[in-house]
Amino acid sequence: MTPKIQLIGVKKRFGSKVVLDGVDLTVEPGTSLVIIGGSGTGKSVTIKSILGIITPDEGQVLIDGVDVTGLRGSARDPLMRKFGMLFQGGALFDSLAVWENVAFGLIQGRGMARAKAKDIAIEKLGAVGLTSDVAYLSPSELSGGMQKRVGLARAIAADPEIIFFDEPTTGLDPIMADIINDLIVSTVKDVGATALSITHDMTSARKISDRIAMLYGGKIIWQGPTAEIDRSGNEYVDQFIHGRAEGPIKMAVKA
Amino acid sequence: MNIFAYIGRAVLDLLAQIGRLAGFTGRSLAALASPPFYGRLVLQQFIRIGYLSMPVVGLTALSTGAVLALQIYLGGNRYGAESIVPQIVVLGITRELGPVIAGLMVAGRVAAAIAAEIGTMKVTEQIDALTTLSTNPVKYLVVPRLVAAVVCMPILTAAGDSIGVFGGYLVATKNLGFTGSVYLKNTVDFATAQDINSGLIKAAVFGFIVALMGCYNGFNSKGGAQGVGAATTNAVVSSCILILATDFVLTALLFHTA
Repeated sequence: MTPKIQLIGVKKRFGSKVVLDGVDLTVEPGTSLVIIGGSGTGKSVTIKSILGIITPDEGQVLIDGVDVTGLRGSARDPLMRKFGMLFQGGALFDSLAVWENVAFGLIQGRGMARAKAKDIAIEKLGAVGLTSDVAYLSPSELSGGMQKRVGLARAIAADPEIIFFDEPTTGLDPIMADIINDLIVSTVKDVGATALSITHDMTSARKISDRIAMLYGGKIIWQGPTAEIDRSGNEYVDQFIHGRAEGPIKMAVKA
Repeated sequence: MNIFAYIGRAVLDLLAQIGRLAGFTGRSLAALASPPFYGRLVLQQFIRIGYLSMPVVGLTALSTGAVLALQIYLGGNRYGAESIVPQIVVLGITRELGPVIAGLMVAGRVAAAIAAEIGTMKVTEQIDALTTLSTNPVKYLVVPRLVAAVVCMPILTAAGDSIGVFGGYLVATKNLGFTGSVYLKNTVDFATAQDINSGLIKAAVFGFIVALMGCYNGFNSKGGAQGVGAATTNAVVSSCILILATDFVLTALLFHTA
């Protein structure tokens, strides 16, 4: 089977700082992969390289077996329609009402009529447990957890084939984090999508993933099924998942 | 540090900056020429950039015209040429002070607002979000602002010109003993279409500069509240400097004096 997402030897540096040093990664269709790793290890850069927001210095990004690394401008449009993304801070457009945020990709990206897009937006808000009266509020009137839900509704609004989750539970209380985890699992299944997430929250990672990969030193140092993470035999992984200060990973205090 | 290394680095930084700005301008102009077009957003920017700038442009034009009339009268008085007031007021306002003062006011108001808004969108990943929603951020954010600023600035300046001349008229008739009808006749007879048009062309260019610098600095802001603050300051300062520099070049070009 052709992998949904494949990264081959992706490298990226900013100035003299090497962030990705040859990342190889494969995500099979309909599965959920979570990339774990400390802050500043290049998890976000990996996702942004796939999305095309960042262009890798070397290596290839394949979607459905097609090399999309160099695609720019309008040539990229059909590809972008396959993607949905939940941003860490929500990244909701604060000048637009909640429903307009959710419907944004439908109206601006695909030219759907506003009335029809609004119906879909309200349906998607329902799917993440929000009632239609929220639809007319401004994002700034919502709590962090509700903003995450709206962000999730926006990410799934256009029924994407691939959904990216950037630190989906960061900044939420444990209960709201669990609710968001459940929503991610259920919405990804409902849409039948492939999911790629990045997080350093192990509870979330275990819950939403089929497979886990660990990024360290610009490379994937371990990957395997979620059930095997506790017997990875990799001391870096063990240190990370148990949150120990002592171990082979030395946190750079200064970036 | 080695002084030559320091100078070299500064020159390289400057060249890189100019290159980035040129690239950004090129992308913006390319986006301007191809669909989709966001008509609603252009209208929204007409209101924000044009309509809402009217009070501040009008007020500064009024006081500029008034002060100009007074100064020319006092200066002209030294050799008995005080009757030249209406001619010099209309010349100074339409050619120079109208577009430049409107440009500087709009730079303060609009470049700052654009940079702060787009900068905040940048640091909160809203610009990345646009990309993931199949929307080109340059088309969605930059083009409407550029179009609105380029169209609105000449209109603002035309209004400012009239208000400025009116300011001079008020002072001349109330304080300096001019007859209203004579003042107006001298103004209209003296001003040429080129005086007015050259000012309006300048205004359109200044509008482009203001919107471009606001957007450019917003798109390149980094690192939270402080970064957005720096982007806002840079947007205002760079638009003001560019307005004054291009004003000189445009004057030389439009009047073939260089």
